[in-house]
Amino acid sequence: MSTRHVVARASDVPDGTRKRVTVDGRDIALFNVRGEFFATLDRCPHRGGSFCEGRQTGLVESNEPGVYTYTRQGEIIRCPWHGWEFDLRTGRSKSAPSQWRARTFEVTVAHGDQLEDTSLALEMFPVAVEEDYIVLTLPAARSRSRE
Amino acid sequence: MPKPLPGAIDCDVHPSVPGMKSLMPHLSDHWAEVIDQSGLPDLETWNYPPGAPLTARSDWRPQARKPAANVEAMRVETLDRWGTGIAICNALYGVQTLFNEDLAAGLCRGLNTWLAREWLDRDPRLRGSIVLPVQSVERSVDEIEHWANDKRFVQVLMLVGGETPLGRRHNWPIYAAAARHGLPVGIHAGSSFRHPTTPVGWTSYYTEDYVNQSLAFQTQLASLICEGVFSKYPDLRVVLIESGVSWLPAHIWHLDKFWKGLRMEVPWVDRPPFEIVRDHVRLTAQPLDGPATPVAFGQFMEQMGSDKLLLFASDYPHWQFDGDDAVPDVISPTLARKMQFDNPRETYRRLEETKS
Ligand code: FES
Repeated sequence: MSTRHVVARASDVPDGTRKRVTVDGRDIALFNVRGEFFATLDRCPHRGGSFCEGRQTGLVESNEPGVYTYTRQGEIIRCPWHGWEFDLRTGRSKSAPSQWRARTFEVTVAHGDQLEDTSLALEMFPVAVEEDYIVLTLPAARSRSRE
Repeated sequence: MPKPLPGAIDCDVHPSVPGMKSLMPHLSDHWAEVIDQSGLPDLETWNYPPGAPLTARSDWRPQARKPAANVEAMRVETLDRWGTGIAICNALYGVQTLFNEDLAAGLCRGLNTWLAREWLDRDPRLRGSIVLPVQSVERSVDEIEHWANDKRFVQVLMLVGGETPLGRRHNWPIYAAAARHGLPVGIHAGSSFRHPTTPVGWTSYYTEDYVNQSLAFQTQLASLICEGVFSKYPDLRVVLIESGVSWLPAHIWHLDKFWKGLRMEVPWVDRPPFEIVRDHVRLTAQPLDGPATPVAFGQFMEQMGSDKLLLFASDYPHWQFDGDDAVPDVISPTLARKMQFDNPRETYRRLEETKS
């Protein structure tokens, strides 16, 4: 059974920024990319760099030497330690996508008046009906413990 | 140590130009006149000082002339003696050092003609590399086009030390022409002496110069990969000749490691550099500078990650081994066979078109 956690006010993570939250003792990085929220474990799968300290950038690709395409601005996080790029949508690293993958979590935004569901764990604050909140879905404890 | 197998493909032998006189009949009237007037006797360089032990084995060093200076000597000393199937001739002559690109192009034409007439015409086992006047990209392309239909030329030849890193894009017409004609680009040890032979300045001793060639090879390989030559010309093969081989895994691991964090700077490098090397790059294995025991050499080959990368070469008449021991005995019989047959054939596709 997965669990859902209200972890921040949406307004705490404005467009283009990130925020570290701690849920069940785990550090999680929240990102806002043009109003869309993403969440990863705040620990790079390579050696453990904090994604919250990294640079949010876009995807640089090329079909031919000297020709660059730059898309998906903000959807790539570069680890601050060794500069590897991770795709916030999939968690996959750009240089070795099948080998190195950051842990990602499902994240949604809910209005305060939709948060009456008692299964929600309210992490740190009372909910006001007029605000938007970031809701994180974490997988069940058993699979979590294997991380 | 084992002799080469009968019929082996020797990917690096060096016919010597006996001197400018030998080229004269193969030069245009104009360039023959220029050479005659200037009195230029020869174009030897410090890449292979004539008297250095490395330049010729003592039993291959005649009194009165240069080593490997005619096809008869090569027959007696290698081809007939080992039952060589095919030998690829890489002429090392100082044409790359000249500053006059017209003269360089004129002499390269003469040198390649000399190779065709005095060597390839005289022994059906011989194949050649087209020596490029690297001083000019346009003239290099002309030289490739001039010889491309002669399928006995199986490669183009450059030196590892030139004017600029080889990956730089102004060189690309050379790679386009080579790829178009199915000619691998052979990069041989040696310098045009435009720059110090090491990245930190000039050295005092030949030993240093020769050993540090590997730094130039590393730089050129990184340049070719990072500039995207192999992304642009997916059919292109590069053969590193007399480069040494043991530096390759360490250097490419280094590149792989930093590519992971710097990929976005060279986004056309869309897979790990070592993969690119395995698909596009080959190395001649004489001199073989790898580990000295078969077990350790086996580990080195695991690090290479492919048994296709090494090509057999005697490097005749350079002194890399004694007697007939051209195949270093750390190499397993299976690998030795691949290096002498399969790998050269896979690298030099033109060998199939000129079966003798
Ligand atoms: S710790 Fe993240 S790239 Fe190395």
